[in-house]
Amino acid sequence: MYEHDVIVVGGGGAGLRAAIGAHEAGADTAIVTKLHPVRSHTGAAEGGINAALREGDDWELHAYDTMKGSDYLGDAPAIETLAQDAPEDVITLEHWGMPFSREDDGRVSQRPFGGLSFPRTTYAGAETGHHLLHTMYEQAVKRGIQVYDEWFVMNLAVTDEPDPNDRSCHGVVGYDVQTGKIEGFKARDGVVLATGPLGQAFDHTTNAVSCTGDGQAMAYRAGVPLEDMEFIQFHPTSLPSTGVLISEGVRGEGGILYNNEGERFMFEYGYANNDGELASRDVVSRAELTEVNEGRGVNDEYVHLDMRHLGEERIMDRLENILHLAEDFEGVDGLVEPMPVKPGQHYAMGGIETDENGQTNIDGLYAAGECACVSVHGGNRLGGNALPELIVFGKRAGRHAAGEDLGEARIETGYSPDVEEETDVDFPVEPGEAGIEPAVGEPVADGAGQVTDADAVLERAVEAERERVDYLMDKDDGVQHAEIRSKLQKAMTRDVNVFRTEEGIKRALKVIRECREEYQDVYVDDPSRTFNTDLQMTVETRNLIDVAETIALGALVREEFRGAHWRKEHQERKDDEWLKHTMISWNGGKPSVWYRPVILEGEGETYEPKVRSY
Amino acid sequence: MSAQQQEPEEPETQEVPEDQEMSGLASPQQERLQRKQESKAQRERAADEGDLDGDAVHLKVFRYDPEVADKQEPRFDDFHVPFERGMTVLDALIYARDEFDSSLTFRHSCRQAICGSDAFFVNGRQRLGCKTQISELDQPVRVEPLPHQEVVKDLVVDMDHFYDQMHAVEPYFQSEDLPEGEEQRQSRENREKVKMSTRCIWCGACMSSCNIAAGDNQYLGPAAINKAYRFAMDEREEEEIKEHRLRIVEQEHGVWRCQTQFSCTEVCPKDIPLTEHIQELKREAVKKNLKFW
Ligand SMILES: Cc1cc2nc3c(=O)[nH]c(=O)nc-3n(C[C@H](O)[C@H](O)[C@H](O)COP(=O)(O)OP(=O)(O)OC[C@H]3O[C@@H](n4cnc5c(N)ncnc54)[C@H](O)[C@@H]3O)c2cc1C
Ligand code: SF4
Ligand code: FES
Repeated sequence: MYEHDVIVVGGGGAGLRAAIGAHEAGADTAIVTKLHPVRSHTGAAEGGINAALREGDDWELHAYDTMKGSDYLGDAPAIETLAQDAPEDVITLEHWGMPFSREDDGRVSQRPFGGLSFPRTTYAGAETGHHLLHTMYEQAVKRGIQVYDEWFVMNLAVTDEPDPNDRSCHGVVGYDVQTGKIEGFKARDGVVLATGPLGQAFDHTTNAVSCTGDGQAMAYRAGVPLEDMEFIQFHPTSLPSTGVLISEGVRGEGGILYNNEGERFMFEYGYANNDGELASRDVVSRAELTEVNEGRGVNDEYVHLDMRHLGEERIMDRLENILHLAEDFEGVDGLVEPMPVKPGQHYAMGGIETDENGQTNIDGLYAAGECACVSVHGGNRLGGNALPELIVFGKRAGRHAAGEDLGEARIETGYSPDVEEETDVDFPVEPGEAGIEPAVGEPVADGAGQVTDADAVLERAVEAERERVDYLMDKDDGVQHAEIRSKLQKAMTRDVNVFRTEEGIKRALKVIRECREEYQDVYVDDPSRTFNTDLQMTVETRNLIDVAETIALGALVREEFRGAHWRKEHQERKDDEWLKHTMISWNGGKPSVWYRPVILEGEGETYEPKVRSY
Repeated sequence: MSAQQQEPEEPETQEVPEDQEMSGLASPQQERLQRKQESKAQRERAADEGDLDGDAVHLKVFRYDPEVADKQEPRFDDFHVPFERGMTVLDALIYARDEFDSSLTFRHSCRQAICGSDAFFVNGRQRLGCKTQISELDQPVRVEPLPHQEVVKDLVVDMDHFYDQMHAVEPYFQSEDLPEGEEQRQSRENREKVKMSTRCIWCGACMSSCNIAAGDNQYLGPAAINKAYRFAMDEREEEEIKEHRLRIVEQEHGVWRCQTQFSCTEVCPKDIPLTEHIQELKREAVKKNLKFW
């Protein structure tokens, strides 16, 4: 068993910042992460990080833009905290040596970004995330923060009182990928989940292969509600074979989208007569898919993004990295042929419900970064707002976990039966329950309320995971994870994608149910305990099933069109009824869906919903 | 703009004659354009010979597992994977694993040359699997773990030594004298100067390609020295700390071991002019020493 004051799960931007925050608050801190920190997905972010740093800009404007961008589904206390803390936290990164792009006077550069009323996106070339990640890792090394890398966290050690709000978290169970050893990590003060995105729930995503929603699934099964899971951002220009992102810059410079008949469809089919290719991400994504669905896609799969007419000189000057991407990852030369593109899953606005201090309803359990939902992005995330979220809420979660007083949070967490409203939408199949490996049962939080001693809780959780792994390894026939994963991903991309219909979402829920049932027969073929990625991916697949189900359930119950969530039967934003978060709790193995009102009252003002027209 | 254009000119110095070899080196820009011409020619050839789609790619993949009886003796396994346009070495490996043998083990994550986890030895050269188009390679495609590193299993090597060397140069900003509530100033020129050095993704390709590192286990190696360069050349870092860091890279197993063979620069997937950076640190060290002696 390993023991520390604060255990941070994940070494991406949020995890590193949480660990540094906890360390600065005096805690003995360790990071447990399935990838070495510098391999984390944060490294892929390109565009930049928003913070009101300059005269003429202030946190109130940043908060206002973010609330509007969220389509009024963000919580004001979270959004205001983001906007208030971001400037100082970005300056801290600079003090740590982050190589930001610079102005002539030596100050850090800022550029305009979609939906921002001021050019407040600070950046480091087109590799902001890479530099953010490496700069913070360097600082973690400087402070001697212990990193257990290539340790895959399989579960949380949580007590099992019947009411999740009474439970507490005492550590995590880790699997040492190199040796196959399963060990407990005891956290004296708190556990911070910073496990990042869930893009692998879809078969076409800009997210890394490691983005399997582990933190969301583990917290959910331990009794933390998942919030607003239906809100998934899709990016219109990703490369078809890999999902690698082609930045909006290409369309900004004048790149044109064509269908297989050579028609400039954004204008010719009237998707966005005024803006053409420069319409917002969701509009362009829908237009592209309509072309493909109506038989005008190239190879029935994608459309063409053409930049040849811009000329070699201009392309080399402004879009050189796009040439590299198209060439290295698609084998296409953007100077002589158009590039294939299609919409790809890009970002999860929802996640583990937390308050402004990163705290969940379970005592000692925190979450930050893309796996969390403190509710700053609501229905739609503005470009450049995810990276400040990592550092602002990562730091807060780390500090609070280490015992620092950050003041009372305004956001409430956890289910309280007297006030919460439940859904009345019928599900086409029974969700949840099945899909837990038969020999093992539910590893934590079964509601019996018997084990409360920290060491005993951890030991029990470790034992359950050892049993689960033995079971998966001993079984020598059945279904393999790759088969289930690919079936799940295809169903999500087909039916819970950019376009959503009631019929489609119900079909997806049925497939998810089938995946659960097949998963009961899953087995690991690789007999080795050394670097067994087969085993790791099998466990991840279980997490993906749970996460995908919450996305589909959320999409089914939200009968309106808001932010990134488009429903064929409901083509308007319904503020009267839907200024509320979709919450999903795992109650003894079965999801229940309920709602919590959005908080629009800020410190000084109340944000009045306005039409979002860009 | 090309990286080469942005590298500020360095006056040639008498003390370090190896420097002259630098002028014979093609810029990353030129190399890239050349590679592009080649891949275009390749594509045209492929088009002439009929579509590659549907053909099988022949992979020969190194296998080893200390725990599994028939894998204890290293061997190569053959996989035949259907080719698709745009397919990379990583895509082919994933296909082989998911469809044929789930125990086939390799690191990978981002699929876009930024996480640095899938450096392999492909057809005799260190390359990122995700950044290497199958169509550019001769068949069969041989995929092996990075040479000179201990193999954990199949294509997975032990990176601990690499990380230790990276950590040895104290790879973090140490300045204490910081302006209150605002950023430090840094000139555009200075940022350009350190820019390429900050692109390292810790893939280990350079270290694996280096003959000196192979023979001298304590040699800091190109990546760590480049990391030191990143801080030594940053004008925001304090002078004293820079000197301290220079002393680290100047020690017995530091910069002077480099024999300017350029293999690191050739394989670096991020086009970092590693050899040039090592040379520049040698010059700095000489300059500093002249001052002290
Ligand atoms: C292509 C792309 C471009 C983007 N560009 C921008 C941009 O310009 N601006 C912006 O603001 N945002 C951008 N984003 C969004 C932003 O990059 C992400 O939201 C953010 O990086 C997520 O950081 P994170 O720390 O939450 O997760 P990650 O960086 O993914 O880190 C997760 C960590 O958790 C670990 N982990 C996961 N599961 C486990 C487990 N079970 N056990 C142990 N460890 C585990 C992983 O090893 C990893 O270290 C972009 C996203 C993408 C995909
Ligand atoms: S310097 Fe280049 S080759 Fe060496 S580790 Fe860094 S990115 Fe890889
Ligand atoms: S998979 Fe990340 S560098 Fe290749």
